[in-house]
Amino acid sequence: MSILNEISQRLEEGDDAAVPRLVGEALAGGLAAKAVLDDGLIAGMNVVGGRFRDREIFLPDVLLAARAMYAGLDVLKPLLERAGVASRGRVVIGSVHGDLHDIGKNLVGIMLKGAGFEVIDLGHDVPAARFVAVARERDARVIGMSALLTTTMPVMKEVVDLLARENLRGRVRTIVGGAPVSAEYAAEIGADAYGYDCAQAVERVKELAGA
Amino acid sequence: MIHFSPAELEPAPAAVRAALGLKRGVEPSPRSEELLRRALDLFRGLAAPAAVVKPVTAEEFATVFAGRGGNEPRAPLAGIYPRAGRLHLFAFTLGGPLGAEIGRLFAGDFALGAVLDAVASQAAENAARVAERWSESLPVPGAGDGGPWRCFLYSPGYCGWHVSGQEALFAALRPETIGIRLNASFLMTPLKSVSGVLVAGPAAIHRLEASYPFCARCTSPACQERSLAAPPA
Repeated sequence: MSILNEISQRLEEGDDAAVPRLVGEALAGGLAAKAVLDDGLIAGMNVVGGRFRDREIFLPDVLLAARAMYAGLDVLKPLLERAGVASRGRVVIGSVHGDLHDIGKNLVGIMLKGAGFEVIDLGHDVPAARFVAVARERDARVIGMSALLTTTMPVMKEVVDLLARENLRGRVRTIVGGAPVSAEYAAEIGADAYGYDCAQAVERVKELAGA
Repeated sequence: MIHFSPAELEPAPAAVRAALGLKRGVEPSPRSEELLRRALDLFRGLAAPAAVVKPVTAEEFATVFAGRGGNEPRAPLAGIYPRAGRLHLFAFTLGGPLGAEIGRLFAGDFALGAVLDAVASQAAENAARVAERWSESLPVPGAGDGGPWRCFLYSPGYCGWHVSGQEALFAALRPETIGIRLNASFLMTPLKSVSGVLVAGPAAIHRLEASYPFCARCTSPACQERSLAAPPA
């Protein structure tokens, strides 16, 4: 088994002790940081994402894999930055104003990082204007919004409308999710995508970001 | 007053695994089982369950139910509570420290945080079931009226009762005394809290067809279990 396959395999098992050690060995053996990232860590997370989508594994397994991925990324990050390797894109995420639930949003953030995106997490209770301001300032490609209450869902439309008013709709795409949110609601408010769960959200963000 | 202990609220491991998406017949990995064990340990140490309950008449509850007037024009609860034999306003929380720990873990050990969150959510569901059984255990006036009573908890945000009904519910019940607060979106903090009305009466009063427009969007279709629990009217 090649060391990249071994990294991928250990990541799938959620072994957060073995992954950074193997990443270090791969780098010491002369492999480029970008290759270790793409063909070791991200390859492993892709397998995990697919198995989760097919319900062969469940959420804790995905999170354990993500934890192992982060441990590997800690080793790689300085080298990737030095080599000027860009992320797959910048994504601003948050739970909308009035909503304090952020577990689902956190899971999406973890999965997005695992897929190679740079995530700017604004936390919960985020007003529409802040989503848009941060996306503009940080040149984000996607805004991801979460709501768990029907009373807070209208903030999602505020964000979409504000992007339109500021002529950012083409540059910054939007994805929405959360228990009361549906694909129909996303279409109704003009959002670009809807994510049923964290795995689907990551797939949609990849499409929106063209990554 | 209803007394809870963390032990009676502690969810069965199988229920937590199911809530986290483990498919029936799939064996959980040893690492995920270790996470679940640690999450249950944390739950036992941090859960501080507290509840407040208040009996109300149907007339008093009518005012609470009306709230700001945002209910669905056809709300199942509107047809259920007037036929109840007993009504109690109810609120429950697992307390602030557990929620704080979940938040803290998400900043570091997010895998454990997510499993602890699922454990706490299941425990809050269990609290509602304990409260229902408590109401059913109370003496039935005019015994023999429709057989043994069944009690179910109905909450603002479900069954046609608009979530803004939380405001009137809080004004009547004062769950602030056990540390539950309501924000401008009618969301309770600590997050692992439950509120609503305990409706007890002959099982048939709970029976309903899930054919209302909002049923299609419902994420908690407990009414199906209720229909099965209740014999045909």
